[in-house]
Amino acid sequence: MPKKITIEPVTRVEGHGKVTIQIDDFGNVKDSRLHIVEFRGFERFVQGRPYWEAPVLVQRLCGICPVSHHLAAAKALDVIVGAGTGNGLTAVGEKMRRLMHYGQFFQSHVLHFFHLSSPDFLFGIDGDPALRNIIGVAQENRELAIQGVMMRKYGQEIIYHTAGKKIHGTGAIPGGINKNLSLEEKELLLNGADPLNADKMVEWSVAALDFFKSYHAANKDMVDTFAAYPSNHLSLVREDGALDIYHGVLRAVDNDGKIILNDVDYQDYDKYIEEEVRNWSYMKFPYLKHIGKEKGWYRVGPLSRLNTCDFIPSPLAQKEFELFKAYTNGKPNGMSLHYHWARLIEVLHCAEMIRDLLKDPDLQNDDLVVKGEKLHKGVGVIEAPRGTLFHHYEIDDDDKITLANLIVSTTNNNQPMNTAVNLTAKAFMNGKPEITEPMMNAVEVAIRAYDPCLSCATHALGQMPLEMTIVDGNNNIIDNKIK
Amino acid sequence: MSEEIKFKIDGKEIIAKNGQTIVEAARENGVYIPTLCNFKGVKPKGSCRICSVKVNNRFMTSCTTPASPGMEVYSNTDEISDLRKSIVELLFVSGNHFCPACEKSGNCELQALAYKYRMMVPRFPYSFKKKGVIATGPKLLKEQDRCILCQRCIKTIKDVEGRRYYAFRNRGNKLEVVMDEAMSKTISDELAKQAMDNCPVGSIIYKEIGFAEPIGTRKYDKKPIGSDIETN
Repeated sequence: MPKKITIEPVTRVEGHGKVTIQIDDFGNVKDSRLHIVEFRGFERFVQGRPYWEAPVLVQRLCGICPVSHHLAAAKALDVIVGAGTGNGLTAVGEKMRRLMHYGQFFQSHVLHFFHLSSPDFLFGIDGDPALRNIIGVAQENRELAIQGVMMRKYGQEIIYHTAGKKIHGTGAIPGGINKNLSLEEKELLLNGADPLNADKMVEWSVAALDFFKSYHAANKDMVDTFAAYPSNHLSLVREDGALDIYHGVLRAVDNDGKIILNDVDYQDYDKYIEEEVRNWSYMKFPYLKHIGKEKGWYRVGPLSRLNTCDFIPSPLAQKEFELFKAYTNGKPNGMSLHYHWARLIEVLHCAEMIRDLLKDPDLQNDDLVVKGEKLHKGVGVIEAPRGTLFHHYEIDDDDKITLANLIVSTTNNNQPMNTAVNLTAKAFMNGKPEITEPMMNAVEVAIRAYDPCLSCATHALGQMPLEMTIVDGNNNIIDNKIK
Repeated sequence: MSEEIKFKIDGKEIIAKNGQTIVEAARENGVYIPTLCNFKGVKPKGSCRICSVKVNNRFMTSCTTPASPGMEVYSNTDEISDLRKSIVELLFVSGNHFCPACEKSGNCELQALAYKYRMMVPRFPYSFKKKGVIATGPKLLKEQDRCILCQRCIKTIKDVEGRRYYAFRNRGNKLEVVMDEAMSKTISDELAKQAMDNCPVGSIIYKEIGFAEPIGTRKYDKKPIGSDIETN
């Protein structure tokens, strides 16, 4: 008998979503969808506000990676106040922002790997649900849990000393930054008491990567085949092709590694990217205009960044990048669970960048802000932990915002997550007489690999669970699970 | 008649100059009584009521009540604190005081009073009026949803000839403070910054410098409101 499975809420992700899976008369998965059921409307209510409020106001989209929104908005406003992009800021302005961003990346990736995903690796996808959480991790592997907590704390401390608050700070302002890093702060972050210092973070980042690599080696087939599929990939890259999460040009590659968006200036993003609306989700579906809706969708995030960049400009992460690239003979990697691998390489990169940046004397400079001739439009793009994040603002002559358009990282990954859900549902549920909890967790594992932030993606507030529903061929609900 | 008079606030002896109001005398004797509409250079009018105290078992505004010999004044009691808290709550619900994205956060007297009186959720329903932002001038904007109609800008921000930059417009519940559009174009930097400083809330904002002063370094981030007056 045909049926429909609902997983609602999807757990251990940021935000509230649900999955529906349609099963036909023969017990095979006919279709599946990841629905995003939150709605917020930040783009609308920021209209009419003074432009300089945007970095502080719009970051309230999220409590996990508000720094990304804070910085993307500030970058857009840099253009509006005439400071330009990239090198337009003073050295201390750009470097303080970079430090803030590396700290943010570090804590967000660590949160995702240790708190949200490590339970799946430690206990298995079919492990006891009562243990499959961070408390279970702490009971099973105390050292791993402590590392996760302390690494996140370190990232948050970096944010505190650069943005003024651990969550929702005000550090980045149009044209620069509102504070530099004092020598006391530098000393605290660089050489703080064990374990909260830069060298320990590099050491622990290597250990986290080793943990994943051991898991990979022991579960190669599963990790390499789980929701693996070909796709395009998009990210910012530095102009010389290096991984750069703060600034660069937009590059997209196809599944063969062919460049399909060739290092374009993100001020013109709307020439290249379009968003499609579908009636069953509040999350839009972006795609590359010149390729079209069907084939122009792309993945973003850690996996995509390592697929688009040519090298990583920090030595330990570069070594790991070379291993990562060699695994697919230099071709783009389409394996969803390799997102975790790529994410941990980025954790190591951020730890190295934080350590090196903290030694830079420019952070103690006093020339915090630059301004030039005011413009009425600005676009800021940044690599958020979950992928490429677009902020676009337009203002009137009275300095009030007239238009805001946000394409959030998770929105870019909408079609990829739907594809991953579909593949996983088929792999785990096709022809099975009964749908079990581990099968449903497998679907969640596929979503979780993308580290989606569903509240950001729909710009929502409130509780953030995920739901899964099974329906029959006539759309009758057969099973419904809310976690 | 003696130049000095003595009275008590919460049992503490206060020595006041003849003709001083309760709030002035309290301030000089190290006792903090909160004020909003009361401001140096502005004739006291007792409109915001936040300085209410109890004198001879009656509520009086301490900014308009002269101190008199032997007077027994009560200020720091549970009843009066709750009254002041309710006034702060009323001011919050009658506007849209969204502190997280307000440039005045940390320097805002209303916010500081909300912290002082531990306001959590206002007991009154929000009015959700939408008056909007007037931002036509080159240096200052006026956020009408945050204005508490205290008149401090009207009474203190004047040009060299004594002409006022701000005035009331409309009446009743449509009453609002607006800036003269022609004069707004010529206001000096110094006076514009003073207008922002004199505003007890985030209604008058100096344009384009948003959040240049980091969180944690602002006036009430360092010390609670009134701590510069209180001596014990």
